[in-house]
Amino acid sequence: MIDMSPSLVLVVAIGALFISGVYLLLERSLTRVLVGFILIGNGVNLLFLVAGGAAGGPPIVGTTASEDMSDPLPQAMVLTAIVITLALTAFVLAMAYRSWQLHGHDEVQDDLEDRRIVRLAAKNAPSFNDLDAQEDTESIDEQAAEARDETGRDDA
Amino acid sequence: MSDFLWLVPLPVVMPLFAAGLTLALYRHPVAQRIISVVALTLMVCAGTALLVLADNGAVVVDIGGWAAPVGIDLVADRVSALMLTVSSTVMLCVLLYSLGQGITDGDEAAPVSIYHPTYLVLAAGVSNAFLAGDLFNLYVGFEILLAASYVLLTLGGTGERIRAGSIYVVVALLSSLIFLVAIALVYAAAGTVNLAQLALRLPELDPGVQLVLQLLLLLAFGIKAAIFPLSAWLPDSYPTAPAPVTAVFAGLLTKVGVYAIIRTQTLLFTDGRLDTLLMWLALATMVIGILGAVAQNDIKRLLSFTLVSHIGYMLFGIALADRAGLGASIFYVTHHITVQTTLFLVVGLVERRGGSTSLERLGGLAKIAPGLAVLFFIPAMSLAGIPPLSGFLGKIGLLQAGVQAGTPLAYTLVVGSVVTSVLTLYAIVKAWNKAFWQTPPEPIPETRLPFSLVGPTTALVGLGLLITVVAGPLYSYTDRAARTLLDTDAYVDAVLRPDGRGSGESADEPSETDGVTESAPGAGETSGGGS
Repeated sequence: MIDMSPSLVLVVAIGALFISGVYLLLERSLTRVLVGFILIGNGVNLLFLVAGGAAGGPPIVGTTASEDMSDPLPQAMVLTAIVITLALTAFVLAMAYRSWQLHGHDEVQDDLEDRRIVRLAAKNAPSFNDLDAQEDTESIDEQAAEARDETGRDDA
Repeated sequence: MSDFLWLVPLPVVMPLFAAGLTLALYRHPVAQRIISVVALTLMVCAGTALLVLADNGAVVVDIGGWAAPVGIDLVADRVSALMLTVSSTVMLCVLLYSLGQGITDGDEAAPVSIYHPTYLVLAAGVSNAFLAGDLFNLYVGFEILLAASYVLLTLGGTGERIRAGSIYVVVALLSSLIFLVAIALVYAAAGTVNLAQLALRLPELDPGVQLVLQLLLLLAFGIKAAIFPLSAWLPDSYPTAPAPVTAVFAGLLTKVGVYAIIRTQTLLFTDGRLDTLLMWLALATMVIGILGAVAQNDIKRLLSFTLVSHIGYMLFGIALADRAGLGASIFYVTHHITVQTTLFLVVGLVERRGGSTSLERLGGLAKIAPGLAVLFFIPAMSLAGIPPLSGFLGKIGLLQAGVQAGTPLAYTLVVGSVVTSVLTLYAIVKAWNKAFWQTPPEPIPETRLPFSLVGPTTALVGLGLLITVVAGPLYSYTDRAARTLLDTDAYVDAVLRPDGRGSGESADEPSETDGVTESAPGAGETSGGGS
């Protein structure tokens, strides 16, 4: 029975990749989201290696004794996952570029429901005292409602 | 029976092959159309044949000649065969509709040459997800269909589609990552990703570990199936796509998630620890989804919200986890795939005829297009659950199963589903009144609906009616399918017992969970896995 305890370095690396990946996924810019996705993707690949147990010899009959072999299955799965991640990365990059072409930014926009709520909030904003509104004559809510209003539709 | 084993990989391999052909023939639109139609027709035939074959027991094929625990296999049992048949039929009708749209619009600026390959890849992904015999193959199926759906959703690359597409893509990528993490943890815990072997090994694990795995898988599938707290992405991304694309997404993509939940819940996690949670989720999905639909002013968005809401019904059946509940749930999935797709196609027609999908601008369609009104009315009433249509039968089945279960929570859900049903009727009637009856606020342009669009839509409405007519036999089939789902031993036996199916048994079996396996290629191989 081979030693199944995973390498500590791998575990720490997985944690670091996931943490930074999740942080980037929360960004508004699609490019940063993509970088976050790539980081987590690599974290998952390492997770698969850990899932396969400790490192061993190449899993070829005749080269390594069967108890010293490393597990080939997670490596095959990682290979598939890498290919899929690569393809999707290319697609999202193209989409971010297209978004930049069309809008001049690559923000992942709020959805329609969110924007409706923002607009409702903007309507209600005068009813309470907003510190920002005093400096700027416009409240943050109003700015937000204008900045992201590209629905071209009046929902009133 | 082994003579027909080649049928099982056919629904996956053939559309992929056809996709390659259509991509090569991108300069010849007519050839592309013929190839796609032929490929999908063959898929429908293969699905129907599997439907009959699988009724005698699961059909298992080892791809590449390695038997189950080691190799990859495709499993067609009653549930997957039924899903496969319904989905490929619906995809064929939608393809015919989109052909009609392409022909009547002339080839527009949109890059139509990639439409057919992508659509076929989507079909292959859906089939692969339904037939997958292990978790990783399921993941690959999901990725194939998702990658195709990204392309279809952002087809043409207009501003609105890119905006909706980026939300959709980010959410889908996240759910895929969660699924992948779940697979890695399953492999680390159980040393296998084969569903049949997992069914044997998972119950031996620590209950805490099981719970973590179950939650992760539910989370990943829940995003894909648009279960309530995870459903916010759906109503925003679907309506922007072209009508046939929205229709196929609404009909199939969420149902693949539901299918994955059914499969994992019944096969891997049989102790039912999360059933109460699932019930609450089902209730929330139903009620909150339909409240969203009631608030909408755009008919496409309204339908997207009813889609979310009605996922709750299927979840209700799954959460009951008995034969009556699962059977009704599978019946409901079958009905809902057809009806929801039909409605989105009809709304495509409404948009074409009335020039808009906003309920503020539509009006008077019942007078100027009575045929269209009938086409909308039948599936809409079926969705709302008016007897004697198929939606009513599905809902009655679920209600009966709920009453049979008899717990207070089940009764709450029964009440919840009736309320949802009534609210669906309200939302639909509102849409009906505004779009078909009110005097049009602005004059409706004089256009004729081409038969190439009306024909496939009528065919789908007919399919919905057919489900009502054959509801008896279909219900007994779904009931048997539910029995198959609950009989996990039969599934495990069908996949793992190699009576003449090749001998890829690992040498150091099953006590070791390190996944290191030594094996010989299938000696008595009879299946001839590939195409």
